[in-house]
Amino acid sequence: MSSNAPSHEDAHDAHHAHSHGHEASHGSLKSYVIGFVLSVILTAIPFWLVMGEVIESKAALVAAIMILGAIQIVVHMVYFLHMNTKSEGGWTMMALIFTIVIVAIALAGSLWVMYHLNANMMPQMSPEMMRNLP
Amino acid sequence: MFSNPDLAKWIFGRLTLDAIPHEPIVIMTFIAVVLGGIAVLGLITYMKWWVPLWRDWVTSVDHKKIGIMYIILAIIMLFRGFADAIMMRIQQAIAFNGNEGYLNSHHYDQIFTAHGVIMIFFVAMPFVTGFMNYVVPLQIGARDVSFPFLNNFSFWMTTAGAIIIMISLFVGEFARTGWLAYPPLSGADYSPGVGVDYYIWGLQVAGVGTTLSGINLIATIVKMRAPGMSFMKMPVFTWTSLCTNILIVATFPILTATLVLLSLDRYVGTNFFTNDLGGNPMMYVNLIWIWGHPEVYILVLPAFGIFSEVVATFSGKRLFGYASMVYATCVIMVLSYLVWLHHFFTMGSGASVNAFFGITTMIISIPTGAKMFNWLFTMYRGRIRYEVPMYWTVGFMVTFVIGGMTGVMLAIPPADFVLHNSLFLIAHFHNVIIGGVLFGLMAGVTYWFPKAFGYKLDPFWGKMSFWFWQIGFFFAFMPLYVLGLMGITRRVSQFEDPSLQIWFIIAACGAGMIAIGIASFVIQLVVSYFKREQLKDVTGDPWNGRTLEWATSSPPPDYNFALTPVVYDHDSWDDMKARGYVRPTEGFRKIHMPKNTGTGAILSGLSVVLAFALIWYIWWLAIVAFVGIIAVSIAHTFNYDRDFYIPVEEVIATEGKRTELLAKQVS
Repeated sequence: MSSNAPSHEDAHDAHHAHSHGHEASHGSLKSYVIGFVLSVILTAIPFWLVMGEVIESKAALVAAIMILGAIQIVVHMVYFLHMNTKSEGGWTMMALIFTIVIVAIALAGSLWVMYHLNANMMPQMSPEMMRNLP
Repeated sequence: MFSNPDLAKWIFGRLTLDAIPHEPIVIMTFIAVVLGGIAVLGLITYMKWWVPLWRDWVTSVDHKKIGIMYIILAIIMLFRGFADAIMMRIQQAIAFNGNEGYLNSHHYDQIFTAHGVIMIFFVAMPFVTGFMNYVVPLQIGARDVSFPFLNNFSFWMTTAGAIIIMISLFVGEFARTGWLAYPPLSGADYSPGVGVDYYIWGLQVAGVGTTLSGINLIATIVKMRAPGMSFMKMPVFTWTSLCTNILIVATFPILTATLVLLSLDRYVGTNFFTNDLGGNPMMYVNLIWIWGHPEVYILVLPAFGIFSEVVATFSGKRLFGYASMVYATCVIMVLSYLVWLHHFFTMGSGASVNAFFGITTMIISIPTGAKMFNWLFTMYRGRIRYEVPMYWTVGFMVTFVIGGMTGVMLAIPPADFVLHNSLFLIAHFHNVIIGGVLFGLMAGVTYWFPKAFGYKLDPFWGKMSFWFWQIGFFFAFMPLYVLGLMGITRRVSQFEDPSLQIWFIIAACGAGMIAIGIASFVIQLVVSYFKREQLKDVTGDPWNGRTLEWATSSPPPDYNFALTPVVYDHDSWDDMKARGYVRPTEGFRKIHMPKNTGTGAILSGLSVVLAFALIWYIWWLAIVAFVGIIAVSIAHTFNYDRDFYIPVEEVIATEGKRTELLAKQVS
């Protein structure tokens, strides 16, 4: 912090620097094709699982579709939204982690709270019975 | 609806002449508003203000003007919200011994709902957003926010929400459900009228503005700081604004989604929150509080930021424990997501869930307490100047600590079973919202007014306003603590037990004092305007400030800073002054600026029409308005004429004028 440090930035340079901030991460044709092919495959598998009646257990089927859906989300984020640790100086990654934390809190918390509320406030019913209500 | 053969119904939906209220109080208000409105419109026409109003304000993308407009909106809505408050206080003070008071329960229920909705969404939120808009770009040495048009659009969407709520006063009715509209009461079965629809669409439209403004300010703070201003050199107000806007962006979608589910229940007969057919109203309460609890931190964090700036400036010291203040803010930001259940301990989630959320709630008081000590230690051995903002700050410290302690009482689940839904709760949250948020905003108004308008506010009326607010607050809400401990519940319009009346009379007197406090604030604005030559701030730094907004003139030029400042320390302006900063008088360049546009105002006007049509089931109008919104949005994307340069001659002329003024000041 020397006393003769400049107090103002050269205005022209500052403007120049700003206008280049957001061009860092655009995908190549290759990455878009990879993303597209992966998305198609990940979409085709659940259709095949359901239409071909591959898995017997319904719960396992639903779980498999959910997992494939989650992978699909990651593929979209990496190949189409250019999510990586470097873009925007790490801010997109930070924002993603924060979002995941918040969504996890909201989902896990709601499930936990609602499970207890249902158990306590509807004592004559089990969650199974709730689900099978008309 | 379309199959209905009745043409009137097709054209007007469920809007009929009966929708205009017949109660004398509302009719009188309506007449007063119409006369007042005609007077204002007449004045604008007579003074030929229409063109400058449209050109310089409505279409403005300047963050400073938008900030001021947000605060004007907040103050106007404060009058409406306070009118509701004082009506409730008078009703409760007289409705004893079989006296029904002057408000029937139908009207009373609308009033307490409107009071809550307006005070949170249309007073506190625009007030806070207004300050963030005005101050943050100045504090980080930027020329505007990241997306200036979006900023204008956000403001007008917020205003559109406020207008929708205000229409409900004279056309139809407002919700009678309380400010969070819990189902099943807010469902189609129990609230078949338009009240809840006004509530839903008012909040949805305003919510668009709030969310977009949150995104805008995050981008501004992350991307547009002056060179050298690393995160740990940002002013504390900017820090709290950053955390607030992250909270806004993360939580408002939850509110939007929850209200969408409620509207689906009401409009198309789904069963998300109904009592039967597999719906679960408890899910609504759960979801709305996942938004609702962070919301109270959205309001209070910027207030904490304002206090931090005020305390440091008027103690003539750097803020004690800057880093701990930043970490405390971030911890509050994350913890605020982990406490929502304390709003419904009594709904019956059981011991383990309640214990978890009780403990997290108590933990959140630790960073808040740390902040309190930081402010006290900043004052300790400081050269304190008791200007008006400092009055509000000290008043806040006393009042807010009481509110915080009653909050910890409510955080204990067994105690909450006794106190829940009682007037104790009402006293608690008014204690923290008035004592925390409102006092902070009033401190901010007095502190930044000279920056925005070039003259200080008159201190005498400022102190009057403070004392009436402070004393009035204690008279108005301490009786409610007592009544709450006696077990009196909230939202009741008539009472049986005459021994309670004295407490309500004291509370009504307190509300009267607050009314004088608000009046003093208005008088302060008027008196200061007429004394503006005496109160003039020529230097741009009337309080010997510490952050960058005080480095430019008051009011700042359109471009804020002719040359971008370079930052070496937090409290950067104080640091610059200490290093013998010399204001540059040459080397200016032309400045690239965004151009004004009316699209934001037009889109929000169409949104009001769309909301009105949806509320009254006027489907053709809804379609027309919706198509209009899409068309205007698309048309706007073809508007390439979005920027201009302030020519260098103009910059030199503006800065030269300032140099002359400053030179006069010294001699």
